[in-house]
Amino acid sequence: MKRIILSFVALAFLGPGAAQAAGDQAVPPEQAWSFNGIFGTYDRAQLLRGLEVYRGVCANCHGLKYIRFRDLEAIGLSEDEVKAIAANYIVDGEPDSFGDPTTREAKPFDAFPSPFPNDAAARASNGGALPPDLSLVAKSREHGPDYVHALLALGYGEDAEPGPTGLYHNEYMPGGSIAMPPPLFEDAVEYHDGTAATVDQMSEDVSAFLMWAAEPKLEARKSMGIKVILFLLVLTGMLYVSKRKLWANVEH
Amino acid sequence: MQALLNNGLVRWFDNRLPVLSWANHHLMEYPAPRNLNYAWNFGSLAGLALVLQIVTGIVLSMHYTPHADMAFDSVERIMRDVNYGWLLRYMHANGASFFFIVVYAHIARGLYYGSYKAPREVLWWLGLVILLLMMGTAFMGYVLPWGQMSFWGATVITNLFSAIPVIGPGIVEWLWGGFAVGNATLNRFYSLHYLLPFVIIGVVVLHLWALHHKKSNNPLGIDYKGPQDFIPFHPYYTIKDAFGAGVFLILFAIFLFYLPNDMGHPDNYIPADPLKTPPHIVPEWYFLPFYAILRAIPDKLGGVLAMGGAIGILFLLPWLDTSRIRSATFRPVFKWFFLVLMVDLVVLGFCGANPPEGFWIPLGQVATAYYFIHFLILLPLIGWFERPRPLPDSIAKPVLKA
Amino acid sequence: MADHTIGAHEETRRDFLYVATGAVAAVGAAVAVWPFIDQMNPAADVLALSSIEVDLSPVPLGQQITVSWRGKPVFVRHRTDIDIEEARAVPLEDLRDPQTDEERVIKAEWLVMIGICTHLGCVPLADQGDFDGWFCPCHGSHYDSSGRIRKGPAPLNLAIPGYEFIDDSTIRVG
Repeated sequence: MKRIILSFVALAFLGPGAAQAAGDQAVPPEQAWSFNGIFGTYDRAQLLRGLEVYRGVCANCHGLKYIRFRDLEAIGLSEDEVKAIAANYIVDGEPDSFGDPTTREAKPFDAFPSPFPNDAAARASNGGALPPDLSLVAKSREHGPDYVHALLALGYGEDAEPGPTGLYHNEYMPGGSIAMPPPLFEDAVEYHDGTAATVDQMSEDVSAFLMWAAEPKLEARKSMGIKVILFLLVLTGMLYVSKRKLWANVEH
Repeated sequence: MQALLNNGLVRWFDNRLPVLSWANHHLMEYPAPRNLNYAWNFGSLAGLALVLQIVTGIVLSMHYTPHADMAFDSVERIMRDVNYGWLLRYMHANGASFFFIVVYAHIARGLYYGSYKAPREVLWWLGLVILLLMMGTAFMGYVLPWGQMSFWGATVITNLFSAIPVIGPGIVEWLWGGFAVGNATLNRFYSLHYLLPFVIIGVVVLHLWALHHKKSNNPLGIDYKGPQDFIPFHPYYTIKDAFGAGVFLILFAIFLFYLPNDMGHPDNYIPADPLKTPPHIVPEWYFLPFYAILRAIPDKLGGVLAMGGAIGILFLLPWLDTSRIRSATFRPVFKWFFLVLMVDLVVLGFCGANPPEGFWIPLGQVATAYYFIHFLILLPLIGWFERPRPLPDSIAKPVLKA
Repeated sequence: MADHTIGAHEETRRDFLYVATGAVAAVGAAVAVWPFIDQMNPAADVLALSSIEVDLSPVPLGQQITVSWRGKPVFVRHRTDIDIEEARAVPLEDLRDPQTDEERVIKAEWLVMIGICTHLGCVPLADQGDFDGWFCPCHGSHYDSSGRIRKGPAPLNLAIPGYEFIDDSTIRVG
């Protein structure tokens, strides 16, 4: 009886997750990410390539406000490389002695600055559409990185043209229409490690990079998880044996 | 414990404030029926979950900022910069879900084995009060990250109070502290979210007091005949509860470390935007059946009354269930209707998760109607007309080998 | 048949199993407690600001800038030759907190100090006081051109933070 109850409980909360809200969008195909699974880790080389795609393509319109330049040390850049990248960006500085606003080069403790000073400017430059900040896109969309990759590499189809409303068709976008023109094209960036910059490659790399941007602690989480669960299995086993032993002579 | 109590200094203190002898009486020597099964573990698990939520909540509140302009950022700071912040946040968010899983199982045990029947009616009521407090706490807690679901869930649910005739809209403005959910709302929800768990502790104390006064029910549902029906809580149920806690922690760890966002909604990783409503506003899974009941009634006030009535009716359960037999073990007809009720609750959950379109509408209405029919019509009838199986003479008798 | 009444449970000998289980649980509990304690330690964003780099080139001779480091003011003064000579001419016996000027600087022309009076924590004012240095208006402490206490209630010289030159015109504090 309890088993039946438990399985209903399990069904009850697993169910709604699977009860996908009806929409026009297709379900993106599952990719074999390096960070999937119990032992998943990020592929640092892929993250660095993804960073190049973000900086070369996406950063023209999309911010990354929760990633500080110093965070990039976690994906394999040295302190000097981080300083050098940061120095390419301009951020607001302290007011000068007349009280007027100043700007300065970004430092490692700064976050990636948004390409636009505010939402209104962003909309004005993008035909009224607001390019969302990408720091959390991999967690704020159903199917996360699979969705991002499908949207970029698969959803537009060949030679996409804007429709009469100026929107493009993309079967993975909720509602089926997206204001962003297909951002990736062959050799849009030149990878430092020489990898061929196909649309598929760039899309995979930037999707993985954005997953890291959304969940930089993924590796720590999974590695701690293995240790905790193994420990708990041992402890629970010992507790069970202790229970059986203590109850051995009790009629129940 | 005996060694401790023999110590002179300990006896001096205990004589003036009997902490240790009280603990000995109520936690160690305390008599518990010998035939309790694992369905009786969920009470202690609920206590564990409460402690977990309070401890993680207190440390999270050292880093969280309850201001509309900074709340979302402060949560991201916890996830990225605070040492082990990601772990504490995921513990708290998933801990809330596990608290409800455990409490729903605990309630299901009560329903199945008739634990709400005399003389445990007040114990049952206190449990329902705890459930209501948990629901309030969880609702307000979900608003705090100030994501899209936080904001819009708060908007939808607080708007329900406008259904109250005459004073409704005034009450809603009073709740909001403004003309819409905003910073004023967030701040007061934070204050109350911190407060209510300690109110829950108070009600839990009363709940355990009521329990200890009448002793536990048991799977046979029959009253105890004598001391042979009992065993001391320590070490038998301490070890069994510890083992149950181990199993709970393993399941909790699986979600915490590998599926941390699976019970949540991705939209809550988008900062709240008062000008843009998400396509489908859904509460967290543990509210879905109530959400379905709310939406099943086309009238706004009717929906609110039905949703409240869904829990309110449970207060009357000891009298709605007319059977003199407690445990479903000996109630073959009731047993099947209990199962149907469980299925009905799952169906209601699915209805709540899906947009109120197509077949989900009549399904939700049928499931809602069935819920109330179960308690208001079926239970009294089953109690009157069911022929129960013969009860054993005593708790000890069936288990003692001749 | 064994008699099982309340209280007469099996004699729980300190079996190895129970001790071992208890020990494993205790270790687990101790490990589990650590994140709750460590979360109060400075977070990554606070640590990122634990050292700052200061560009010295915009500081004219004879002037100072004040930068914020770990929430505290740090004076960076571009000293003149006169400042330096005066500082080095002071006999150690005259000092309440004896320190040579050479001990307090890496390069003589740059004086880097924590701008917090060692009396009760106010921020001293530059180019004031009787010793061509700093004067603290709260209780009247006077510091010389090396930031050493000369008159007034402060017990110690203005503190020198750990810093280094990463090149001729940049220092890293902390």
